[in-house]
Amino acid sequence: MKAVLNQKHLLGIRGLSAEEITHILDTAETFREVSEREIKKVPTLRGRTVINLFFEPSTRTRTSFEIAGKRLSADVININSSSSSVTKGETLLDTARNLEAMSPDLIVIRHPSAGAPHQLARVCRAGVVNAGDGAHEHPTQALLDALTIRQQKGSLRGLRVAILGDILHSRVARSNAHLLTTLGASVSLAGPGTLAPPEFASLAVGGGLRVESRIEDAIEGADVVMVLRIQRERQDSAFLPSLREYAVHYGLTLKRLRLAKPDAIVMHPGPMNRGIEISSDVADGARSLILDQVANGLAVRMAVLYLLGGGAGALNVSTNPATQAKVETESSPEASTESLSAAVAAAHADSSKS
Amino acid sequence: MRLLIANGYVIDPSQGINAGKDLLIEDGRVAAVLGRGESRPEGAEVFDATGLVVAPGFIDLHTHLREPGQEYKETIASGAAAAVAGGFTSVCAMPNTDPVNDNPAVTSFIVEQSQTVGLANIFPVGAITKGSKGEGLAEMGEMKRAGIVAVTDDGRPVPSPGLMRRAMEYARGFDLAVMDHCDDRTLAAGGVMHEGEWSLRLGLRGRPALAEESDAMRDCALAELTGARVHLAHVSTRGAIEAVRRAKERGAQVTCEVTPHHFTLTDAACEGFDTNTKMNPPLRSREHVEAILEAVADGTVDAVATDHAPHHADEKALEFDHAPFGITGLETAVALALERLVHRGHIGLERLVELFSTNPARIFRLADRGTLRPGAWGDVTVLDPDLSWTFDASRSKSRSRNTPFDGWTLQGAAVATIVAGRVVYRRERSAVGGRQSA
Repeated sequence: MKAVLNQKHLLGIRGLSAEEITHILDTAETFREVSEREIKKVPTLRGRTVINLFFEPSTRTRTSFEIAGKRLSADVININSSSSSVTKGETLLDTARNLEAMSPDLIVIRHPSAGAPHQLARVCRAGVVNAGDGAHEHPTQALLDALTIRQQKGSLRGLRVAILGDILHSRVARSNAHLLTTLGASVSLAGPGTLAPPEFASLAVGGGLRVESRIEDAIEGADVVMVLRIQRERQDSAFLPSLREYAVHYGLTLKRLRLAKPDAIVMHPGPMNRGIEISSDVADGARSLILDQVANGLAVRMAVLYLLGGGAGALNVSTNPATQAKVETESSPEASTESLSAAVAAAHADSSKS
Repeated sequence: MRLLIANGYVIDPSQGINAGKDLLIEDGRVAAVLGRGESRPEGAEVFDATGLVVAPGFIDLHTHLREPGQEYKETIASGAAAAVAGGFTSVCAMPNTDPVNDNPAVTSFIVEQSQTVGLANIFPVGAITKGSKGEGLAEMGEMKRAGIVAVTDDGRPVPSPGLMRRAMEYARGFDLAVMDHCDDRTLAAGGVMHEGEWSLRLGLRGRPALAEESDAMRDCALAELTGARVHLAHVSTRGAIEAVRRAKERGAQVTCEVTPHHFTLTDAACEGFDTNTKMNPPLRSREHVEAILEAVADGTVDAVATDHAPHHADEKALEFDHAPFGITGLETAVALALERLVHRGHIGLERLVELFSTNPARIFRLADRGTLRPGAWGDVTVLDPDLSWTFDASRSKSRSRNTPFDGWTLQGAAVATIVAGRVVYRRERSAVGGRQSA
């Protein structure tokens, strides 16, 4: 493996090559094992600082990035908009400059406005990871979805993926549309006419992107059915008459799922509205990979933090990062004295690979 | 006091002049346009315009000067300095100041302040409704007496067709043009860029072309109903252009302007989330840009206007969703028009002068402007159509720097601006490739 991630930041999937995406996925695969150890920690990012800068409520993604950073031994600081100076009227860029003065290595940002990570990246020396910006992109979600699909299906090439729900406002749909078509899957999007504009088909990187008005048409013959969360406020702004009607006409039920291939898998980025966009028997059924997605999310975020924050050497990965960590520990004596867990983890990594 | 602009090439569509001529200005007014052979008057100061185009002073129908109320963005003085540096002898000041120019006191303040500054002619435009709130009519008659040349609720378009009808009927009585920023708020739905492929890709809320077009169609129909003179500001879509074209064919008194940014850039410029690509109307897709260029060439478009909208860097540093709409434009408009319209073969120089001077004067009925007829004001814009220069926003005369054209190298510029016979701006000769004579 000698792929290069030619990025200082991860701002979106659009613009990443198939090779770069595959490289991140391959790296994530090697990190899955770390979370299965007794001591779930490697010293890879020891001495590095990761700031989780969240301007939107998030449990899953923030926790996932936090644990990912900690398992790589980075110092992780969480800043939530409610507890920051944003409420005092400070601008995003002032917040960024203040954080920058504390020399973080990576800033993970979640923001309700599209493009906020790009603006941050223009003024920061630190690497910026987009953890979701408005309706624009959510690259680590698409990567963890791809990792989950790849584990089940071996490859994405030629697969048929249905993405259902509020396409218009979904950063998950955008990132997935870019990623899946880049890796050769064909994607069918479907949802209510107000939330699934036909023009979305023009965003395909390859040619395999279609917008269906009936969700049954998207599900039919699908290898993967991905369900998006519906926001309750859509029924107050003339996008939907009611969630009840949405559940009846656009919810994923066992009956609708039968239209997909017999071995089709079901995914949801969470948090789920059970009984609205997805019925509980589907969500909890054997084909549901929703909890695998969460586990893979951690591995993907470890890979991203590692590739962007692991120093110059990490940008050009030629060995398994989890075992490479041991080498780093041995070559710096103060590290081994300071961090017992790192040494244990490294030793464990060594033994588990042999 | 006499000024002879000698050896230049005079283009004045109002008189059908397009030839090498000398222009004599005496006591602030045009005295004569002299043929090459005619004897020159004694004792006049001479401005050598060898190799340059001499045109009636350029008029910007659409400028936001921000004074009173938002002097940190722009003042009448800084805006006037930017205007003359861009080749404009006159600008029409939009009423969305704080307080709104909806009464004769504010109008008089702007007029007096402009006279103190003295650089460019500033023509205030009054509000259509009180406070531009879209409810009751503003005192148009009183404002006209104080100096307004048109009315508009630019930036906060009149939402009610019924009220717009009354506004047109009332304005007609004072021979005031009603200028409208066409934008149906319910269709625009809080969008921050043009609705299309790029808004979908960037996850930014889109304003559909139809938001502009439905209001443009409404205004054109109301112009026919009321017989008022209606001027559509910064037309940016194919449908709005089509509405104007049809209204003109039907004999309605409808005119329109386009901005340089709408014929220069497309919505793809928003890709990097640079807030200097955020304006209203938004940058449109290629098909709309092509429609504008066609309409500029075929005569449907009456004027090029800047929609110069200065904003402080701190405001433009906000997220794309939250940054204010608008860019500056006074110092780049003429160059962009020369480069994009003339050098690319869409129009000739004569039509350019029509778009920047002859027609704007006619649209807002600016007496003795937009022409070099003897007796007219001695307002002159001197162009070097081939001058290659680079726009450096940090050296802008405006108080604001919000422009997407910073660092652009452009071909063509206004090299001197003369207001009432006084040279108020002259481009430094150090400009790269300058051919200006001493």
